Order: sequence, then C-alpha cells, then structure tokens
Amino acid sequence: MSDQTNRQAYWKANLKLVAFCLSIWFVVSYLFGIILVDQLNTIRLGGYKLGFWFAQQGSMYIFVVLIFFYANRIGKIDKQFNVHED
Amino acid sequence: MDLKTMTFLVVGATFALYIGIAIWARASTTKEFYVAGTGVHPIANGMATAADWMSAASFISMAGLIAFLGYDASVYLMGWTGGYVLLALLLAPYLRKFGKFTVSEFIGERYYSKAARMVAVLCLIVASITYVIGQMKGVGVAFGRFLEVPLHTGVAVGMAIVFIYAVMGGMKGITYTQIAQYCVLIFAYTVPAIFITLNLTGVPIPQIGLGSTMADGSGVALLDKLDMVVTDLGFAAFTAQKWSTLNMVLLTLSLMIGTAGLPHVIMRFFTVPKVADARTSAGWALIFIAILYTTAPAVGAMARLNLMHTIQTGEVGSVDGNMVYADRPDWFKNWEITGLLKFEDKNGDGRVQYYNDKNKDFAAKAASFGWKGNEMVKVDRDIMVLANPEIANLPNWVIALVAAGGLAAALSTAAGLLLAIATAVSHDVIKGMISPDISEKKELLASRLSMAGAILVAGYLGMNPPGFAAQVVALAFGLAASSIFPALMMGIFNKNMDNIGAIAGMLTGLFSTLIYIFWFKGWFFIPGTAMAANTPDNWFMGISPEAFGAVGAMLNFLVAYLVSKVTPPPPEHIQHLVENIRVPIGAGKAADH
Repeated sequence: MSDQTNRQAYWKANLKLVAFCLSIWFVVSYLFGIILVDQLNTIRLGGYKLGFWFAQQGSMYIFVVLIFFYANRIGKIDKQFNVHED
Repeated sequence: MDLKTMTFLVVGATFALYIGIAIWARASTTKEFYVAGTGVHPIANGMATAADWMSAASFISMAGLIAFLGYDASVYLMGWTGGYVLLALLLAPYLRKFGKFTVSEFIGERYYSKAARMVAVLCLIVASITYVIGQMKGVGVAFGRFLEVPLHTGVAVGMAIVFIYAVMGGMKGITYTQIAQYCVLIFAYTVPAIFITLNLTGVPIPQIGLGSTMADGSGVALLDKLDMVVTDLGFAAFTAQKWSTLNMVLLTLSLMIGTAGLPHVIMRFFTVPKVADARTSAGWALIFIAILYTTAPAVGAMARLNLMHTIQTGEVGSVDGNMVYADRPDWFKNWEITGLLKFEDKNGDGRVQYYNDKNKDFAAKAASFGWKGNEMVKVDRDIMVLANPEIANLPNWVIALVAAGGLAAALSTAAGLLLAIATAVSHDVIKGMISPDISEKKELLASRLSMAGAILVAGYLGMNPPGFAAQVVALAFGLAASSIFPALMMGIFNKNMDNIGAIAGMLTGLFSTLIYIFWFKGWFFIPGTAMAANTPDNWFMGISPEAFGAVGAMLNFLVAYLVSKVTPPPPEHIQHLVENIRVPIGAGKAADH
C-alpha cells in the first residue's frame, strides 16, 4: 500500500471513530438531557429524575469517558496504520 | 477571629502564594512569555487548563444561575463541558501537529492569507474582551463583598490587581500559578458544598446528596422538597423546563463550540510535548473541570432551599411565617451594602415576603395574606455562591475560603485571556504584520501595553455589565463559536476550503452574531441603545442573544462552503499541509519562536 492510500485509509478510520464518539456525545446531552427530558423524567434514579440527572450530572461523566476512550482507540489506530509519533 | 480579619488573612495568604510563584517562574524571554515550555506534563497542563478555563462565571455565577433557573441552567453545565469533547476529537491534536503559537497563525497559514489572519485576530479580540468583562463583574462582586464596598469600587480594586498580576507573569508564570489556583478554587468550592450536603441530607458527597432524601426524617427527596417549597411561593418548579427546547439546544451548542473556539484554551494544546498528549490533556482538563461542574447543581439547589427557608420561616400565609427584617442575619446586611441585595417593606409589616408576584394566581392568593408584592426587590444571582456558606451558618474560615476561591477563579481566567489578547496584538498584528523585525524587548513591551488597554476597557464595561457574569461570558462564547471554530474545523476537515471562503464565513459568523447581540443588549453594550427589548417575544424564533452563536456558526459554515465552490481551490502545498496535519507522525517539538 502506498503511503498516500495508507494515509487516506487512516483518515477514514479516524473519521469513523470520531463520528461514533460524537453520536454518543449527542445522545447523552441533546437527546437525553434536553429533547427527551420529559419522557425520561418519568423514570427515577434515587431522588433524581432521570432526564434531569442526564442534564446536570450524567452527560458530564460520559464526556470524560468519551475523551479517554477516543484517545485510547485512536492511539491503537495510529499504530495499526503506522502513523504514530516516535 | 471575626469574618473580615479572617477573609483578609486567607485571601492575603493565597495572593502571596500566587505572586511568589509568579516571581519564581518569571518569564524572561518572549518564548517563555507565550508558552510554558513543552515540558509540562499532561496532568499538570490539564489542571492549569482547568483553572484557566473555570472563571468567575463557573465559580461565582453558575451555581447562582442554577439556583434560580433550575433545570434550564443545565445548558451551562453541558455546554461548558461538552466543548472539551469537540476540542479533543476535532481540533487539539491537529493544531498541536501544526505546531505554532496562536490560533490566528494557524488560520493565516492554512488559508495562505494575511487578511484571514487579521480577521481571526479581530474575532479573537472581540470574543476575549467580552469574556474579560464577565470576569471583571465577578471580581467586583467578590471584592465588593469582602471589602464591604459598592460593586464599582470592587471592580476598580480588581482591575488593579489583575493588572499587576497578569503583566508580570506571562505563560510560564501563569501555568504554575494556575495549578496553585486550581487547588485553592476546587478546595474552596467543594468544602462548603460537602458541609451543606451533610447538613441537609446526611450524605457527604454533593453529587449523591442532591439525589438523596432530606435528613429531617420526612423521607422526601431533596429535589422534590425544593420543587414544593418554590412552587408554594408561586415560582416555577426547580426541575421543570421553562425555556423553549430550541433555545436550550442552540444555547448548549453555542457554548460547546464556543469552548472549542476560545483562543486562550486552544493555546494550551499547542504546547504539550506530543500529539497524543494533546488528546489526553483535554480529558484531564475535563476531569478537573467536572469535579466542580458536577458539584455546582448541588450547590445551586441547596443554596436556593436554604435561602427560601431563611426568609419563609413558617407556613406560607401565616402571620409569623416570614422573617422579621430587623432580625435579619449578618450576611443579609452585608450584601445590602454592596447593593446586590435589596429589600423594600411594601406592606409595612416589618417582615420579609419573598414570592413570585408575576404569577397572577399566586399574587391574588398573596394579596389575601396582606402581601403587597415581592419585597426582595433585588437578589443578584451572582451573590449566591459567596453568600451560600453564610446562609448555611458555616464557620468563618469556610466563608473566607470561598472568597479566596472566587478571586482565584476570576484572576486565573482574566490573566489567561489578557495573555491571549496581548499575544494577538504583539505577536500577530505587530510582529506578524506591521514590523516583522521588532526586537524582543519591544514586543514584550507592546504585549504588556495591550494588556493594560484591555483591562481598562473590560473594567469599564464590568461596572456596567450587560448581564450576570455567566451570561456575559455566554456572549463571548457565542462570538468564538460563530467566528473561530468553523474556520478551524474546515481548515482541518475540508481540504478544499479556500482563503476567500474562510474569510467570508468568519466575517458572516462574527457580524451576524455581534449585531444580533447588540440589537438586544445595546450597541457596544452601552445601556439604552438597544434596538428592541431583550424579551423572548422579540427574539428571532425565540432564540436568545446568548444562543445565537450556534446560528452564526451555521451561517459561517454555509457561506464558507458556498463561496469556496465558486472561487479557486487552495494551492497544492496547502492541500499537502492539511494532509500532513491529519497524521500524528513526524510531529516536531512545538515550534520555536
């Protein structure tokens, strides 16, 4: 595989991973926290209503996990396509 | 020891610490002034970024907004944290690979155009100055309270201190100082939160306490209790949604992409040792930020509950159910001095009635109790965090600590922003465009002078702020979101984006947002010059000025895309540059000056 096509394949793999992470990002904040908040609020998590919990707690925990998940996976993809730093 | 002495002692000690560190790590060369050196570990960098990022808006203002807006304030929580995901996934690693100092340098080179760089500098300065205004208001509130002076005097004192502090440091000094400031501010935020959560629920962790039942044996969940207490007085329920869903979505989006477009935050990722570190640095920063941000909802909800209980001491409508004004606690008197808390005895009964007199049904009921309108005529939301430990009767040292934490938050952000402004003026405008062979000494002088200028403008506007600290800051994010973020993102993800498209996009985004904001907030925020009242009925499709940045960003993307279709594509070497920044391999050290 030429260097050029290898890099293109790497970029594609990266975009796929980014799209996956951003869809989770969208679901936990915009969908669960705002758009579906009334529906989720009928479920309770201790003293929290679930939609409220996503908006003021849960989305933030998931954001943190997402960043480290991305960093970890893209690090492996870097190595797989041999484009990692020395 | 009385509260005032204690506050002076604690604030004085923390200031001595910061200034000591700033002197110890004094920047002597321009390079040190701009970047902290590439040896900063990702965790340390994350901590400094968190302090840089969490400003007076986060520390002082946000929990206050949550206290009064309830669920709707979630937009600030999600918006100011979710941006880090965008930063880590879409921008930071590529900008690090590119390896220059400033955002405008990237835009100038990627779009092979001095004009593009100039436009980026303009966007950056407008956004940063708006941001500093919010900080100044926060500093004014904090100083006003603990020196017991009016807001204006508080802002003036703050201006002087920020000036001394920021001009001395530079990035190297600032990075180490900011780590110290992070420790002070997070300690100051969580300690009272833990005390108050323990008092109310018996649980020592605020994030869990907020979802627990009251410790009074009633078995009622705290949030349900709060909903009851506020609706009993005619206010909207704490956990209920008041804003339109569209406005909430756009405001959240605006804050998220604004976060990812703010120059003083992005600058931090230019200087980490490796591309991989740029990715994880954003994660570390977000962990340190989330500690405060997940505590804030507990602080806000519990502050509201305690405030309501302090004033409404008994049954709503009973003769002796309200606090007697003459017996008001000390914190009440102290905040009255600042002018941020005002009481008016409308029915002349010597007691304080605090309720929602705009709610017609409840106002009628209140009239039957002999109440003649809400008597808490002013409760500035920005005082809630600082007043919170006093309302909850916590020991003096905790109250003093909170004042120190609020100042640390405001100062660390103001310093970082001023540095970004100074860099833009001295490095991008003067060295990059006007006189490329300026001496190091003169460049440093220019950057210090521009800091001073920025402080004066921001201080003046901080005395006449266009909103609560967090709202002013939200405007700054709208501006960064609409102008800088799209240009950066297209620069990386769209190889065919050309110079004319990018410039047209940035200008469209910046000016559409700026005009929309000025339309409702007054031209250049000067009071009385607004074109229309700032109410939801007048807003375009119900979109508030704070939320318009997301629309501006969409316009930016759209205009840039359309223009790039009809103008020549970027030259070959630029397309190679883009291909090159997309892969981590071959990243050198962060570029030398």
